[in-house]
Amino acid sequence: MSNSKIERVQGRACVLHGNDIDTDRIIPARFMKVVTFDGLGEHAFADDRKQAKGDHPLDREAFQGAQILIVGKNFGCGSSREHAPQALMRWGFHAFVGESFAEIFAGNCAALGVPLLVLSHADNTRLMDSVEADPAQQVTLDVARATLRYRDGEIQGKIAPGMQRQLLDGSWDGVAVLQTAGAAIEKTANALPYASNYAK
Amino acid sequence: MRRVTGCEARANKPPMSTKPQSLLKKHLLKKVWDAHTVCELPSGQTQLFIGLHLIHEVTSPQAFAMLRERKLGVRFPKRTFATVDHIIPTDSQIRPFQDVLAEAMMVELEKNCREHGITLFDPASGQQGVVHVIGPELGLTHPGMTIACGDSHTSTHGAFGAVAFGIGTSQVRDVLATGCLAMEPLKVRRIAIDGKLGRGVYAKDAILAVIRRLGVKGGVGFAYEYAGSTIEAMSMEERMTVCNMSIEGGARVGYVNPDETTFEYLRGRRYAPQGEAFERARAWWQSMASDAGASYDDEFALDAKAIAPSVTWGINPEQNLGIDEKLPSPQDVADEARASIEEALAYMQFKPGQSIEGTPINVAFIGSCTNGRISDLREAAAVAKHGKVASGIRTFVVPGSRAVAEQAEKEGLPEIFRAAGFTWREPGCSMCLAMNPDQLVGDEICASSSNRNFKGRQGSPTGRTLLMSPAMVAAAAIRGKVTDVREILG
Ligand code: SF4
Repeated sequence: MSNSKIERVQGRACVLHGNDIDTDRIIPARFMKVVTFDGLGEHAFADDRKQAKGDHPLDREAFQGAQILIVGKNFGCGSSREHAPQALMRWGFHAFVGESFAEIFAGNCAALGVPLLVLSHADNTRLMDSVEADPAQQVTLDVARATLRYRDGEIQGKIAPGMQRQLLDGSWDGVAVLQTAGAAIEKTANALPYASNYAK
Repeated sequence: MRRVTGCEARANKPPMSTKPQSLLKKHLLKKVWDAHTVCELPSGQTQLFIGLHLIHEVTSPQAFAMLRERKLGVRFPKRTFATVDHIIPTDSQIRPFQDVLAEAMMVELEKNCREHGITLFDPASGQQGVVHVIGPELGLTHPGMTIACGDSHTSTHGAFGAVAFGIGTSQVRDVLATGCLAMEPLKVRRIAIDGKLGRGVYAKDAILAVIRRLGVKGGVGFAYEYAGSTIEAMSMEERMTVCNMSIEGGARVGYVNPDETTFEYLRGRRYAPQGEAFERARAWWQSMASDAGASYDDEFALDAKAIAPSVTWGINPEQNLGIDEKLPSPQDVADEARASIEEALAYMQFKPGQSIEGTPINVAFIGSCTNGRISDLREAAAVAKHGKVASGIRTFVVPGSRAVAEQAEKEGLPEIFRAAGFTWREPGCSMCLAMNPDQLVGDEICASSSNRNFKGRQGSPTGRTLLMSPAMVAAAAIRGKVTDVREILG
């Protein structure tokens, strides 16, 4: 099986202001009594959106269909629930750009093949302003170069080296990596006495 | 050009097992690790074969959905076993469950197991129970195995000398699809507890004492090997209680070297080898135990005599005290520790320097994968015999499995509990995490035999949990307040 490599994410962007946005806000706990992550997308930021009465960035007409979410500092802090990046991914975001991300959230994104690009405060602010002024513009995140190209130019950012390598060589995909072993898995299994219920 | 990212990058390297290592003294973790290594991955992680995969209704459905998306099957369905425990109601297990979300999760688990040929121990099987209670009880858990489950208390199975750890949902998918996990190497800390535990002092108190001393993050990156005369004298159920809470000390894996106690526990169990195969198994199990003189990354020693009946007073399991001690004062501690003590005192509504003994409780919970086994129920019943539940206290006695419930019935334990005013429930996780209807209300205080006293853990965002042994919970229920069980036992 060929591993899927994530080299770039391209599309329109959505701007979400605010720092320290925790995973409870991204996906409130009551939506976790579910059997698949499939339906989670529509509940992303459920409580925030309800309070905003249609004026939340995720509900704004101009940001519909956006692929990249631009956020502030320490995005995704709090509980480790994998449900949080899952919900945003299923809403339609395939990359996050911001000033910083919480560690566990970043780890979960890595396992899902979702790149996180870290920008300086100045660059992030300039990008947010530009996208808000012209939401129809195309934005391109280049994983290998850790850059973001937008209407007004190109910004140099940072992607954690481990994540960058995993995205580029496809090893973010745990199943694909482990499957590479092929029959060596059965060979290891069969050498274990309990595999044959200690028959020999 | 296709870059190789997995195992085959090192395919020409000889497998580890062929190296002449027989002269090296190794600990159990190393032996089990080597026996299960499929290969070293380019990432520096090890691809480990997983000998037993246990699944339950909460963390598996998304993993099955991921398999479906990729059109993948379950690679080792016969090494995979399922049960339902987290969401199951404990008043009645009659289907459909009243909570439609719980029912939907149950239906999904049934569907996934049917589709992939996985054995499911549902209520109708007569073997249902908390996943970490039924694995050992059915003889599925063997020494020398690797065991994974989408639940952090998988460390429980280490009591048998297995290397057992909890995993996240994407990893559940990985194990279902490949029978393997990519794992970072672990260091091993040997924790020796020596001497005889005092009367009224149980395995729960021993592990609380370890966590209090090493801290909730002390075990990060380590497997804990529990050893010493105290551990050797323990029954398998007591060893499970100790290993269960390894994760509360930050250690994903905790284990005890297999010995005669282990082998005798396994003899005759449904999934244990029988007859001559048992003898062959036993020889292999024995060979997997740590060699005398093996070296460890760290060692820690604790004197059993120093362990008192213990109770948590705060919002993580490290924040515990002997029953006769007083709560800490923020001003008495170093700066780094102050904030967490202040936060805990504020949440618990306790005062610095107050006694933990005498703290009034509202709810008593006896159960969970830490302390929901038959010996736990016997110990609690022995205390319950001495009195009646104090007025106004809600109680839950929840056996860890159907088999535990049946054994308790044979011994007349439900009658003892009922006579003392306790409610006897159906098996499940219940108030350990309150995903079913068993929940705290408002800021109620619960004396609990479970493993986590996190904020909101027992179903109310302001609910308060005091962790202790089952006997101590029974004592608290009878007196209506935190009590030294030794007073009741006389
Ligand atoms: S009893 Fe508690 S800790 Fe154990 S598996 Fe159930 S919820 Fe998890």
